[in-house]
Amino acid sequence: MLIIGERINGMFKNVRKAIKTKDKSIIHEVAKKQVAAGSRMLDVNVGPAAADDVAAMQWLVETIQEVTDVPLSIDSAKPPVLEAGLKLCKKKALINSTTGEQAKLEVLVKLAKDHNAALLGLCMDEKGIPNSVPARVEIGMKILATAMEAGIPTDDVHLDPVVLPVKFGQDQIKPMLETIKELKILSDPAPKTVCGLSNSSQGCVDRHLVNRICLVMSQAAGLDEAIADPNDKELMDAMITAELLLNKFIYCDSYLDAYRKAL
Amino acid sequence: MSVTKLLEKWSGQVTEITIGATSADGGTRSKAIKLGGETTMPFMLQEGAMPNKPVIAMEVLDTEPTWWPDTLKEPFSDALKDPAAWAKKCQDEYKADLICLKLWGAHPENKNISVDDTIKTIKAVKEAVGLPIMIWGSGNSEKDNQLFPACSQALAGEKALLGTAIQDNYKTLAATCLADGHNIIAESPLDINICKQLNILLSDMDMPPDRITIFPSTGAIGYGFEYAYSIMERTRLAALGGDKTMAYPMVAVISSEVWKTKEAKASTEEMPHWGPQKERGIAWEAATAVSFLLTGANLLIMYHPKSVALTRKYIDQLMKTS
Repeated sequence: MLIIGERINGMFKNVRKAIKTKDKSIIHEVAKKQVAAGSRMLDVNVGPAAADDVAAMQWLVETIQEVTDVPLSIDSAKPPVLEAGLKLCKKKALINSTTGEQAKLEVLVKLAKDHNAALLGLCMDEKGIPNSVPARVEIGMKILATAMEAGIPTDDVHLDPVVLPVKFGQDQIKPMLETIKELKILSDPAPKTVCGLSNSSQGCVDRHLVNRICLVMSQAAGLDEAIADPNDKELMDAMITAELLLNKFIYCDSYLDAYRKAL
Repeated sequence: MSVTKLLEKWSGQVTEITIGATSADGGTRSKAIKLGGETTMPFMLQEGAMPNKPVIAMEVLDTEPTWWPDTLKEPFSDALKDPAAWAKKCQDEYKADLICLKLWGAHPENKNISVDDTIKTIKAVKEAVGLPIMIWGSGNSEKDNQLFPACSQALAGEKALLGTAIQDNYKTLAATCLADGHNIIAESPLDINICKQLNILLSDMDMPPDRITIFPSTGAIGYGFEYAYSIMERTRLAALGGDKTMAYPMVAVISSEVWKTKEAKASTEEMPHWGPQKERGIAWEAATAVSFLLTGANLLIMYHPKSVALTRKYIDQLMKTS
């Protein structure tokens, strides 16, 4: 399973400080640590506080690529920030993210096409996050169909069923899991499914436990990728064990070690 | 209407390993052999590459195989008494790709040949042939742990292939191979989980991935062949799917496995309805070898020159026509 490292985000104090002071060593360390822990893609988000978010994104992308060659997920709500990051990516990037909102979707599909990037689509639109599974899947299908019409391969479309915090929307986890299952049968080859895992535990006391169990349940439903913290060793152990139980790789006594070695 | 062929796409690749060192690489072999490197299931050359064709090692014993049927003895005749002459015949007349010297007689329950005498044999074989060399231990862990360091030193610099390492006895051989620059054979008892575990244990000892081969245990057709076939197929599918801990070239023992079967050994008089023994044993060995090629074996260990020739012809055809 692909774990997209979530730690390079201006919402975290150390990253915010690094952006502000142009301290590359902090970003280098956060990037290297996530890759060493098993991330094979890193999310890059300048956060809400950056003064010049285009410049901050450019600086982050360049700085990260000085120490690692894993592909990047360029994370912003603003197309100019996304484009600034995409232009500098050496590997095929993931655009994070579009929604089903028509105007936004058109802009971001074009951006993905222009930059040969993959596209992450949230199953929500201008009206918000639908409660029902069919309504979420319908938005997922709209995103997929729009991307396909533009000539983007279906497996370059990463659909996110939208994870809400269990503390504030306890009834939303089950439909999220159902949505994952439904999204996987939309096309052949199937679109990838992805989620912002840490959202599930917002405001909870034992966030790590909630993240871990939510990830495993999502894997059982067919989740392919998660934007998460790879430095949470117990989370990674749980993810690997779930992959084992789902028969994704061959067992051996040192399977945790073997999985990490095979990454 | 044109039909698009549905081709499999693989993300993984089998590790490429080199056996044998020429003078350019500090050894004395006349050539080096490469194994592995595939990015596809065997011979599916439209789906990926198979940069190195499978090779055949001809097996030479450290002891005269008096128990062999005459049909197998005949092509080697007197050379069977002398491992160096036997190896040379395999090289010069039967065009083996490499020589596998099996230390059968060193086993305490066989002839218990001493370490010193074994080394003499290894040195004689090394002098007699320029082909890359494999050494297959006696199968007795205690004796092998005495033999391996000495064998390894006798071949230092030659980039030989030594085996076998098993889950309960791999450290001596691995340390020895590391010290003298040899490749290793990791043996598992028809158990894919142990196969993977042993690969991890070897990598924990810092054995470089490009010096490991897998021997998953093999059996002749009719004698457990299917188990080995399915394990090897799963191993290769895992490798091509991206599991680097399973992505090693695979070794198949055809020789002794086939020639101990009744189908190869029984005389024409004993089994007249099975056809002439002279052809039957060769056919059984060639058919077993070819079947293992189809599940991804990279290195076949064989006895009879005629089965070797048939198998080689088959390899060449598949490499050309796929």
